[in-house]
Amino acid sequence: MRYLPLSQTDRQAMLATIGAGSIDDLFADVPESARLDGPVAGLPMHASELAVERHLKSLASRNLVAGEAPFFLGAGAYRHHVPASVDHLIQRGEFLTAYTPYQPEIAQGTLQMLFEFQSQVARLYGCDVANASMYDGSTACWEAIVMARRITKRGKALLSSGLHPHYRSVCDTMARFTGDVLEGADPALEAKTDWADLAARVDKDTSCVMVQYPDILGRIDDMAALVAAAHAVGALVIAVVTEPVALGAITSPGEMGADIVVGEGQSIGVGLQFGGPYLGLFACKEKFVRQMPGRLCGQTVDANGKRGFVLTLSTREQHIRREKATSNICTNSGLCALAFNIHMSLLGEAGLRRLAGANHALACDAADRLAKVPGVKLINDSFFNEFTIELPVEARPVVRALADRGVLGGVSLGRLYPGVTELENGLVVAVTETVTAQDIEALASALEEILA
Amino acid sequence: MTRYFTQEHEWIDVDGDVATVGITDFAQGQLGDIVFVEVPEAGRAVTKGGDAAVVESVKAASDVYAPVDGTVTEGNPALADDPALVNSDPEGEGWFFRMTLADAGQLDGLMDAAAYQAFVAEQ
Amino acid sequence: MTINASGWRPEMTANEANAPATATGNRALMLEEALLFEIGSVDRTGVDFGDLPQMPAANRLGGLARNADIGLPGLSEPETVRHYTRLSRQNYAIDLGLFPLGSCTMKHNPRLNEKMARLPGFADVHPLQPIDTVQGALALIHELGEWLVTLTGMKAVAMSPKAGAHGELCGILAIRAALEARGDAREVILCPTSAHGTNPATAAFAGYRVEDIPATPEGRVDVDALKARLGPDVAGVMITNPNTCGLFERDLKEISDAVHAAGAFVYCDGANFNAIVGRVRPGDLGVDAMHINLHKTFSTPHGGGGPGSGPVVLSEALAPYAPLPIVEKQGERFVLIEEETAGADHAGNFGRMVAFHGQMGMFSRALAYILSHGADGLRQVAEDAVLNANYVLRSLSDVLDAPFADSGPCMHEALFSDSGLPEGFSTLDIAKGLIDEGYHPMTVYFPLVVHGAMLVEPTETESKAALDQFIMALRSVAERARAGDESLKSAPHFAPRARLDETLAARKPVLSYREEALAQAAE
Repeated sequence: MRYLPLSQTDRQAMLATIGAGSIDDLFADVPESARLDGPVAGLPMHASELAVERHLKSLASRNLVAGEAPFFLGAGAYRHHVPASVDHLIQRGEFLTAYTPYQPEIAQGTLQMLFEFQSQVARLYGCDVANASMYDGSTACWEAIVMARRITKRGKALLSSGLHPHYRSVCDTMARFTGDVLEGADPALEAKTDWADLAARVDKDTSCVMVQYPDILGRIDDMAALVAAAHAVGALVIAVVTEPVALGAITSPGEMGADIVVGEGQSIGVGLQFGGPYLGLFACKEKFVRQMPGRLCGQTVDANGKRGFVLTLSTREQHIRREKATSNICTNSGLCALAFNIHMSLLGEAGLRRLAGANHALACDAADRLAKVPGVKLINDSFFNEFTIELPVEARPVVRALADRGVLGGVSLGRLYPGVTELENGLVVAVTETVTAQDIEALASALEEILA
Repeated sequence: MTRYFTQEHEWIDVDGDVATVGITDFAQGQLGDIVFVEVPEAGRAVTKGGDAAVVESVKAASDVYAPVDGTVTEGNPALADDPALVNSDPEGEGWFFRMTLADAGQLDGLMDAAAYQAFVAEQ
Repeated sequence: MTINASGWRPEMTANEANAPATATGNRALMLEEALLFEIGSVDRTGVDFGDLPQMPAANRLGGLARNADIGLPGLSEPETVRHYTRLSRQNYAIDLGLFPLGSCTMKHNPRLNEKMARLPGFADVHPLQPIDTVQGALALIHELGEWLVTLTGMKAVAMSPKAGAHGELCGILAIRAALEARGDAREVILCPTSAHGTNPATAAFAGYRVEDIPATPEGRVDVDALKARLGPDVAGVMITNPNTCGLFERDLKEISDAVHAAGAFVYCDGANFNAIVGRVRPGDLGVDAMHINLHKTFSTPHGGGGPGSGPVVLSEALAPYAPLPIVEKQGERFVLIEEETAGADHAGNFGRMVAFHGQMGMFSRALAYILSHGADGLRQVAEDAVLNANYVLRSLSDVLDAPFADSGPCMHEALFSDSGLPEGFSTLDIAKGLIDEGYHPMTVYFPLVVHGAMLVEPTETESKAALDQFIMALRSVAERARAGDESLKSAPHFAPRARLDETLAARKPVLSYREEALAQAAE
């Protein structure tokens, strides 16, 4: 076994030091009935590196790789070009094989990185403070609702119909058990959001209003009026951002007054990875910091007066507060936060804005081209790099037919909202900098063929 | 004014039907550096032995109990900016909250200073 | 009040008075590195955009086009590589040496795992691609799930939980769903006092009230106390096995039988599965749900605090309540059971816990590790992990108090206490002294049931020579403490930083970069 250094001689010598006759003696506390006297039945024995690699490669070859097809999927996971140095740096063993930085004297690398990451996220979201990450955007949503409940001591949350349906599902799952009241709905296939309606419905029993920006259909709307309406009755506004690159082009939720901003950071540095691991981002106004979930890294000084960083305000957390903790989260997405931190450092503000501009330009081109396909209607007035089109037929079979032609053409609303007939003709199309003019043409002409 | 002590290391000064509550010098010494105090807001009803405030050191959070039944009239606003007052002057400037007493008879079960010193000596 | 005296007032002694100063603050290979915000600028970028189009003059951003600056500094590629390489060198890591953090299973992270996770067929696949274009990804999830079910002797597995604590939540919600399905509203989850803090936090997060169960003097769950507390209001019991004192809960089967007889369920915290993998199947002990930390037992990297992955294996009783999505093999085709396809077979599912399908990047790594070991190698993993821990325990019990040394062999971790250290010396001083010896400290002050606890988990990927050197180092530090060596109180002396002022950090939180923060640090 290549990963196990002990030899038989070592084992015998160590047993002698311990004073045990055999390895079995060390398992003497396991009741007789539960002891296995050999390897677990029905499983293969150990394998060489070559053999394992061959097996996994054969599985990988059965997937259609996004980078090998014209690719237009988004809906919460976006394909961006990640510079080569990002993956190299996150594989440095001192980052990859370190633990949570509980011993700050020998974890300043991770801690400083987290401080930089928190600072980047806070600025990107237009908030005062951000934490050191959550699991993903969907779980961050629920944590934000719980946080709003703690702050306002109210139990009803209004969820915009533009919230990602899987995010809403995650919140519904939890609310079913905690007794929180969540009011949500499916979106309408139209250009305007439901935010004005939410502003009219928010009342003194509402803990928070949650809106996605840009939303599941790609629409962009101004949050200011909603924020004013919510604050007037003591409710909070939580904004959800699934595509952080958008904030290089549009005003951030924090700048529009959102109290808590959460979202998915996968776009920056992390990659698609079939859905995980991803990177939950979580930021808020400074006055709410003690109600935040998750780890926080803070600046301090060491005994010699040098600047250093530590995990702080940890009395909010499960390992100290137990059942009174703000969350049960423990392990977060540290290495994904590092990837985000590095990629964002490479981009910088100038690069992020340039990247966002390219995304929007290509998306505009794609929207115009697709709107010319006979029978296709563009739903959005506003969008960043993702928009929704309405087909003359159900979109799901069309997506499969596109895949048969080697085009990964978007996410059908039928996949996201199964059984909702009003939405079944909708197709959400994402266009990032990885998409070429040829890709757009390939999608449009394949659509023309299929719809003909 | 009379000062009473609980076995849970709170002190309570009673002046007519208003009382001031804090934690003892012994308690702050056990807790270490206090970094945050959450005091109850005015109007909150508290019950003897029930949670009333939270005091945090870097690595631990502890609940502070109400010594008697009553209603909070004021939390110490100074502790928000300067929680270290609990370390430097626990039985003075570092008070936690003021409250009205619902039943002055509950004070009979508490210790006086001498009894508390003896109690702590056994800890 | 309740006095939690695991408080914090460490010695904060300056320790570099006699070291010669350098102009840069660097010390040879120990390099200081400024913050990104101090070395970068908003107009610099390390990315070339070639002929990508510019933001169109007539945008469609709904009138919300960004005008204000964000304040995100950029670096060129060489500056980026140097910044993060320098930062990395201020970290301790498994790749540098033994990492004896108890309950964390800091074993070697094979690089084959990394290579496999980066195969484009896994890394560059979108979670919402048509099912027929992701058959290999689904096959991998299914194959890993089969291994986990078989190794644990359970009925089913939920693959989507994102980490151990999330897995706990999954298990507790499955219990709650099962109870609700039979119309049985129970309110209480029992946790041993020695439990990791996530257990009670999870139960509370899921809407339960938590009650403690005491431990016996020998460090195991007090079975009589637990049985006495069982009743119609108890939904379940959360038990860690092997437990946080490093001992096997030998009465777990008896506990499970009693819990089941009372109509409740047994949740097992699988954080310590490494000690028994391949030798004991938790299903044989009556466990109903257990999460498996792929980032512990199955070697996916900890990454400085994540990402993890926490699949949950479920008993026959809980299997119907598994969350969505579920990967299922139907003939030769793999399908994803989601809201619309749940049908009658999965009607009891308690919903969705995450947006997509779980930690694919961790699944590919874990499967590479599992296939490499096979059933025989995994059994050897548990044996060597337990052997190494017992070797450490017995090699040091003359200089450090081992409170449960008489309770039988330990499992994968050795527990010591601060009893026997002279007045004024603490577990923290031992930990910081170990840093100067070139080691990451063990887990300290946990479990809470032992005063000044030191929990050492060497793992199976350490050689005897590596253990001998660690034992020698820890022995030396313990002997220095016993001899009253004051220099320990200002340790570490040789790390990138001396002890950090955690009180200042918590009293005046500085959580993101601001220009004025610099001034405060300089004070």
